[in-house]
Amino acid sequence: MATRAIEIENAKTGEVTEAAYEHPLIVRLCHWVNAISLFVLVGSGLQIFRAFPSFGAKIPQQNLIDWPKSLAIGGWLGGALQWHLTFMWIYIGSGLLYLGYQVFSGNYKQVLFVPRDIPGVWPMVRHYFFFGPKPPATEAYNPLQKHAYTTAFVLGVLSVLTGIAIWKPVQFSWLAWMMGGFHYARLWHFLLMWAMIGFIFGHLVMVVLHGWNNFVSMLTGWKKEPEYPAK
Amino acid sequence: MTSRLDARKFKRVNRRELLKLTPIVALGAFAIPKLQAPLLKAGLGFSDWASAKLFRHGHLAPTFSESELTPFAKFPINGYDIDDPEVDLENWNLAVSGDVQKPGAYALSHFKQLPKVTQNTRHVCVEGWDVIGNFSGTRLSDFLKMIGADLNARFIALQCADDYYESLDMATALHPQTLLCYEMYGQPLTREHGAPLRLTIPTKVGYKQAKYLTELKVTSVLQRVGYWEDQGYSSFYGL
Repeated sequence: MATRAIEIENAKTGEVTEAAYEHPLIVRLCHWVNAISLFVLVGSGLQIFRAFPSFGAKIPQQNLIDWPKSLAIGGWLGGALQWHLTFMWIYIGSGLLYLGYQVFSGNYKQVLFVPRDIPGVWPMVRHYFFFGPKPPATEAYNPLQKHAYTTAFVLGVLSVLTGIAIWKPVQFSWLAWMMGGFHYARLWHFLLMWAMIGFIFGHLVMVVLHGWNNFVSMLTGWKKEPEYPAK
Repeated sequence: MTSRLDARKFKRVNRRELLKLTPIVALGAFAIPKLQAPLLKAGLGFSDWASAKLFRHGHLAPTFSESELTPFAKFPINGYDIDDPEVDLENWNLAVSGDVQKPGAYALSHFKQLPKVTQNTRHVCVEGWDVIGNFSGTRLSDFLKMIGADLNARFIALQCADDYYESLDMATALHPQTLLCYEMYGQPLTREHGAPLRLTIPTKVGYKQAKYLTELKVTSVLQRVGYWEDQGYSSFYGL
């Protein structure tokens, strides 16, 4: 996947460096809207969970965990539901905008994990976790990255679908039925949240490890000195 | 083809690209105390509007077999303040008013004369728990037709014996599974479950299903929505 690239010339020193345009505006907008939405959805979701912190019967009630109120958003169940329902629309909206843009612009090819990427996953895992040699970078995202981002998108879609099954178990009874009923849909929704939190944790670790230029690229779109041949 | 750019010009390009992200700052409005409540109210209102659009009269809530029922002893009570508002069951009646041809006081016998419906449906609480119960009663739609209610009115307003109050949109009121319930698990309602008459609405969340009903008013204008709704819960909350 060819990325738009330029050469930057420092007029004083004559030094020439490269920069690649990695993230189109819509992708950057959706990324940050998503980041804020997920923060609110997780925080308010945990406050909603506090109203019945169990996946068993109401009688007798066995609480799974006593999640601290200070690590939740909304103050009480009604407030948390307001936050959750409001940002649900923002999250879905930005998700649809992202999906539509990626499909119609063809930009999805940069990030979608496809069977061709499978052989490249193991060398990346070996490099990151087992001190293996660094595989040469050939494009903006390495196979493991593509796998992570594609998985995160799927997690987001499943979070929305399980959420709809909880919110509308009658109007979307077929959706709730596919998930094993309202009761299980609620459990899947909860587990998907933790999977997403796991992704975000790994994502943030990688952002820290990959330095400033990489972080700035999600703000301006341009990555200075990319580690792959940008032309 | 790779174009070449002066480093200072590249900085300007970067700044411009960064500025294009400013629409995100709009989300910061949620952090401003004065704007937060109206924004969240708008979000909730939009959700309620969408919920009403999604509601389908002919779409029935799932029903369940006897073996799937939650045992009666494990059906939660969840009174909002008191379990027993000490309703005088002997002399109870439902005061009907508003846009109806036959207002007045209706004793329990009136409800029992109408066709009896029994259903095993899921009761979902806003807190997140759910149970499957056995409910018998008469369709609210049958009762509304009996009293000559104006079915073009928008709401049914309900008062309960324990100061709890509720309201229901007409579409849900006319749904075939919306019952004025006087029996659970084949027995007359116990006081904790809302004797002598309560609402059972499998297309609504639990707090909409008011217990110990005392007054019913057909109206297009609501003075107040409901005990919890007026504190910030969803007005429609259809499942």
